[in-house]
Amino acid sequence: MIGMLITATISVTMIMVLLVVAGTFTWVERRLLAFVQERLGPNRVGPFGFLQWVADTVKILTKEDRPPPGADPGAYYLAPAVGATPILAGFGVVVFGDGLTLAAVDVGVMFLLGMMGLTVYAVVLGAWASHSRYALMGGMRAAAQMLAYEAFLGLSLMGVVMLAGSLSMTAIVEAQRDVWFVVLQPLGAALFCIAGVAAAHRLPFDLPESENDLVAGYLTEYSGMSFGLFFLGEYLAVLLVSALAVTLFFGGWHGPFLPGAVWFGLKTGVIAVVFVWIRATLPRPRYDQLLNFAWKIALPLALLNLLLTGVIVVARSAS
Amino acid sequence: MSAAGVVSDLRARFGPAVLAEQVTRDSFPTLWIATDAAPAVHRFLKHEIEQPFRMLADLWAIDETARQHRDGQPPSGVTVASHLISHDRNADIRLKVPLEADYPRAQSIAGVFPNAEWYEREAFDMFGVEFVGRPHHLRILLPPGWEGHPMRKDQPGRATERAPFNMTAALFDAKEHALAANPQAFGLPTQRDGVELMILNYGPHSMATHGVFRVVLALDGEEIVAARPDIGFHHRGAEKMAERQNWHSFLPYTDRVDYLGGVMGELPYLQAVEKLCGITVPDRAMMVRVMLSEFFRIMNHLLFYGTMAQDTGAMSPVFYMFTDREHAYRVIEAITGARMHPCFFRIGGLSMDLPVGWEQMVRDFLDWMPSRLDDYDGMVLRNEIFRARTVGVAEYDTAVALDWGVTGPGLRATGLGWDLRKARPYCGFENFEFDVPVGVRGDCFDRTKVRVEEMRQSLRIIRQCVDNMPAGPIKADHPLTTPPPRERMLHDIESMIHHFVGTSWGPVVPVGEATGQVETVRGLTQFSLISDGETASYRTRIRTPSFPHLQMISAVAPGMMVADLVAYLGSIDYVMSDVDR
Repeated sequence: MIGMLITATISVTMIMVLLVVAGTFTWVERRLLAFVQERLGPNRVGPFGFLQWVADTVKILTKEDRPPPGADPGAYYLAPAVGATPILAGFGVVVFGDGLTLAAVDVGVMFLLGMMGLTVYAVVLGAWASHSRYALMGGMRAAAQMLAYEAFLGLSLMGVVMLAGSLSMTAIVEAQRDVWFVVLQPLGAALFCIAGVAAAHRLPFDLPESENDLVAGYLTEYSGMSFGLFFLGEYLAVLLVSALAVTLFFGGWHGPFLPGAVWFGLKTGVIAVVFVWIRATLPRPRYDQLLNFAWKIALPLALLNLLLTGVIVVARSAS
Repeated sequence: MSAAGVVSDLRARFGPAVLAEQVTRDSFPTLWIATDAAPAVHRFLKHEIEQPFRMLADLWAIDETARQHRDGQPPSGVTVASHLISHDRNADIRLKVPLEADYPRAQSIAGVFPNAEWYEREAFDMFGVEFVGRPHHLRILLPPGWEGHPMRKDQPGRATERAPFNMTAALFDAKEHALAANPQAFGLPTQRDGVELMILNYGPHSMATHGVFRVVLALDGEEIVAARPDIGFHHRGAEKMAERQNWHSFLPYTDRVDYLGGVMGELPYLQAVEKLCGITVPDRAMMVRVMLSEFFRIMNHLLFYGTMAQDTGAMSPVFYMFTDREHAYRVIEAITGARMHPCFFRIGGLSMDLPVGWEQMVRDFLDWMPSRLDDYDGMVLRNEIFRARTVGVAEYDTAVALDWGVTGPGLRATGLGWDLRKARPYCGFENFEFDVPVGVRGDCFDRTKVRVEEMRQSLRIIRQCVDNMPAGPIKADHPLTTPPPRERMLHDIESMIHHFVGTSWGPVVPVGEATGQVETVRGLTQFSLISDGETASYRTRIRTPSFPHLQMISAVAPGMMVADLVAYLGSIDYVMSDVDR
């Protein structure tokens, strides 16, 4: 009983911390984008505009939020929740430091992939429930994109799983004590990063939103906190993908001098900033080009990577 | 320019159908032809002569009912005028068809020139001209329920001349319903091979349509099966305003026809007025006009470049380019005192001389810009994703472009290096060294590249302006220069009187017709003016390049993806005020 209470307290605390981190990340992104783009960005609320995200949260919470005429209210309100919850749940298995995890699941990696895969339901559901043609097109794109990217997202990290011999995140990090898997699995790491950007719906793979041609895609009709939840889910997804990348390829909490959790946070932060950097730099490919890339280039490469890794692992264990 | 031979050819071929030749103040031959002969004459000029007139630059109507001076012109109530351009000859011809005043009926030439479609709709909308051979007459600039044809002389020119307008709830609903994207009204298919198509109302408030413009799309998945552009949301009646403003006070409106072209919009109007008045502009004024116009070309193309990158999803370039535009605006501000709409040119010259220190400001900008442009090449033009989004997208060749009346970078991207600054130098452009960049494929990428190269050429031109700026007066020594030089105004009675008349009443421009043509940022902008010896223009026709460019969408868009349409719209670089006027 007491154990459950402790777990519940820790969980709630972690969710709170994550929400604050996601809010902070929106501020970091906006300031960074502004820095890259020769402008100032939000710099009025609080020191360096840091409290901007608090003001935005208050605004978004007090904003009118109602489904458009013709929409299905139940599904319309359910969708954002479906979008944010799996991502939050995914953080449950992330290993922040040596033994620092909420649930040390043996198949942590699988669990995380599953949770990330669930978010596409939110997008498609929201798009369909909105009763808007722009949203519908965004939803269709999301479904096609998710299918294409889930396929090689899973395959790209199987090399790591083979090398570590486990699906447990702790075991994978432990296996990188000497050398990071990004060195042993460069192709896998590159493919994983691409798929990760797509899984988080970030530019250049933000076609479901694609504000230049679809207004805001599946988000078109959303406002207030319903929009806020989707938004939150996206930013949390960026952090989750970054955390996963650190765990799988960049040695997790390993690092000299500083405590493991600090290293983990720093590495995750750096990768999240790279997300922002990519967003500031690249244009967006067309929907069919994106799918072509996924099915015709990325997937075969991921399979090749898997094959080579398998051969090497088998050869090494045989010798 | 050699159009003289054509006149005799036409007389030989059509005999009595050529009613008269009119003398105008510009160099283009103007022929009156019989109403029924119009399609045959247009077909002859487009298909049956050597060095044909392949482009219909403009088609417009004139209400002649209140006109006093029509010496040598056949009787006409409403006249339909068409303006054809031959790029091979580098010559133009203007054809006029006389119609009845009460029930004007003309022959449609949309079968010869596809881009006549919208021009004829406009003539119907504004003048009530009906065209025989058209399946329907739809309004184009005014909303569907509008009553009357506002450009007719009996229609009021001011809101105060008509009964007060009340927007009731019922009227509001009716207006809103009239705007519904009804596929039948737009002539859109609803099925293809048994598959139901999705009708998507794209705009008028979509960020992808760069202004209040909408395209109604019929989609199969994300593929566009048919597209119908719909304009008129930005219509302000600039041509009607020209009839109630005096010749001088219409100038600020010309800035706003293409609101990104700044002073460049004043040029074609002033050229036409100065031709009518017989004014020769002094060298210094001409050079300043060139310099400021090229500044605005750069500023417009920078905006185009940034938004084009934005349309393909790159969010950063537009911010860098706004920084550059700000640099340019600081120069414009220092010289003219304003930013977007300086209204700096005057009939016969400029409003004032260049300020002290202008040279250094311009030179600073010239030093600043080139390295930035090189940066953008790497960021946009050489970017793989940008290329994937634009190469081969919305391709059309020169023949298609001419059929649809495309001018400017959109035409040069197809490989035809037709630039009025080279072909028909004005403002002393013959003295400048610059190249006319052309493309090869005529796709979105080439259109972008041509504009980028044009910015470099404009920088060259501006540098030559700074290096060679002549001294001398900025206003012509002519009684119709408005307003006359201020320093003389208080010293001699002649200037004083002209100043008084010009500012209180407005200059009285001699009777006649003249056309001014300028290569503006978007292509050929042409003001055709008719003076009836009054202080205001009798008829001001504004031919803008964006109008035909948008008309072409229905021909180019089918087969594209929705995202391609956004890139295509971006690459047209239109401004809705330039379309709707």
